[in-house]
Amino acid sequence: MLSPSAEKLPSSISLSPDEIEKGTSLWKDAWLRLKKNHLALFGGIFILIFFTLCVLGPFFLGEEYRIQRTNLGATSPSLDHWLGTDILGRDMFARILYGGRISLAVGLSATFVSLTIGVTYGAISGFFGGKTDAFMMRLVDILYALPFTIFVILLMVFFGQNIILLFVAIGAVEWLTMARIVRGQILSLRKQEFIEAAHSLGLGTPRIIFRHMIPNILGPVIVYTTLTIPAVMLLEAFLSFLGLGVQAPMSSLGSLIKDGADKMEEFSWLLIFPGFAFALTLFSLNFLGDGLRDALDVRASKD
Amino acid sequence: MIRYITGRIFQAIPVLLILITVTFFMLRFVPGGPFTAEKAITPEVLRNLEAHYGMDKPLLNQYLSYMGNLLFHGDFGPSFKYSNRTVNEIIAQKLPVSLELGAWSLAVALFLGLSLGILASLKPNSWLDYIPSTISMVGICLPTFVLGPLLVLFCSIKMGWFNASGWFDPIDRVLPALTLGGYYAAYIARLTRGGMREVLSQDFIRTARAKGASETRVILKHSLKGGLLPVVSFLGPAVAGIISGSFVIETIFQVPGLGREFVNSAFNRDYTLVLGTVILYATLIIVFNLLVDIVQVWLNPKLKFE
Repeated sequence: MLSPSAEKLPSSISLSPDEIEKGTSLWKDAWLRLKKNHLALFGGIFILIFFTLCVLGPFFLGEEYRIQRTNLGATSPSLDHWLGTDILGRDMFARILYGGRISLAVGLSATFVSLTIGVTYGAISGFFGGKTDAFMMRLVDILYALPFTIFVILLMVFFGQNIILLFVAIGAVEWLTMARIVRGQILSLRKQEFIEAAHSLGLGTPRIIFRHMIPNILGPVIVYTTLTIPAVMLLEAFLSFLGLGVQAPMSSLGSLIKDGADKMEEFSWLLIFPGFAFALTLFSLNFLGDGLRDALDVRASKD
Repeated sequence: MIRYITGRIFQAIPVLLILITVTFFMLRFVPGGPFTAEKAITPEVLRNLEAHYGMDKPLLNQYLSYMGNLLFHGDFGPSFKYSNRTVNEIIAQKLPVSLELGAWSLAVALFLGLSLGILASLKPNSWLDYIPSTISMVGICLPTFVLGPLLVLFCSIKMGWFNASGWFDPIDRVLPALTLGGYYAAYIARLTRGGMREVLSQDFIRTARAKGASETRVILKHSLKGGLLPVVSFLGPAVAGIISGSFVIETIFQVPGLGREFVNSAFNRDYTLVLGTVILYATLIIVFNLLVDIVQVWLNPKLKFE
């Protein structure tokens, strides 16, 4: 799709290199549109801050997240411990940053797995079209109807709470929508001149797909990736809440919420702070993704 | 239409068969067995137990006899963990509880979601839009396992309006159904608002207003059917989500339903019970998706030709 500035060019026949540059400034347009969306902007800024805190925080706070002060026990927020301490006297602020780090790590890695599977699958399906496409997409339709959460639960119960397995299992569940989106986009690129040109140059299929087509569908891919991260984090937290996610001594936001929910009658802050941090993260990622979708004008399905 | 439905049913059968087969063999290849958790049983006892449940026979024979019993008698076999109880009995006892929870949650989701969504679509960018939209935004970002404990904390422990857990009186249904339905209500509200906005901006709505139809009639008679399309297609994933969400809800609120039983049975390696619940859930989800697709075609006949 051409950006509006390209359509306004007086003549499309004699384009100087500069004008071509201008015509492809889709990213700049998108940025301008995103800047107007306050919620998305807030989401982006919050994610940036939270991410930085999670990555850098533990360096400053050191071992704070696991130093136990059993004589102190659970205390409500104070100047020493901004978000209070848990029943073993561990600083909640440090534990939330550390848990956020794990949650984000799971979110990013599992999203990467789903991105790889989804883009490859969708690109192959869309590129070859015809019977291959019909078969591959039928398979996706069938998989859509299956209770995958149940399988992830079974996997986690049976094979122990291995964190690598967690990435792969979640990634393997979340690729379906990505495959559909990529396939639709590739299908529409297939008949365009520059792909024909690539064919006539004798380029191989992998090269055409990965060098010529994928870069042209980055917009929707980025949008959907941003929306997959919160979905993955939610699934991880869901598993952790059932006691199937990351295991102690590691903690994710999900397992912190679980611990907090067990103790909320006496120490409500143990539930409220991690819950709030998690909700705010999901909120930010969702609105950043929504904003990006509006900005990049993607007509993708909203699920 | 009838051809479409029968086609879909015939397509669902092999899917279910493959699902059962994969789950059956997957269960047998995982480490641990139903009797390993028991404290120190002698090899002799173990052998007797395995012989009793037919686990000493070749795996393929076990598979064939399981499938035979299931397909011809609807028999899920005996539970490995609860002695003297069949999986059918356990399901018959626990499923109604989960179904009731699911039905209440779906009712909450649809009622709250549709009313908030329609309200928000009437006057966009006014407080009538902002308030419902903000509520649904908050709902989407609060996962069930955060919302549930928070509701218990506030409504039960602080205010004492409800019991914190249990499933005895009708009033015990309120918090679990609100928690489980809340997220879907929020999502449905957003979808309804979007769908209604799109329909309300179309020409035939202007025509309806121009010929003097009342606003109520425009909303209920002319727009609702089209505006609900996105909601209907969301109902399939929503029901699947409510089913898996029930695992957490039943744990939080101590509801004696099938969801909690499923997670426990997986921990216990209760092969037949796991298999039985997986088959049941998958069938439920597939059947519900089929219903949703049929309703969609009915609402939007254009889909028939695609």
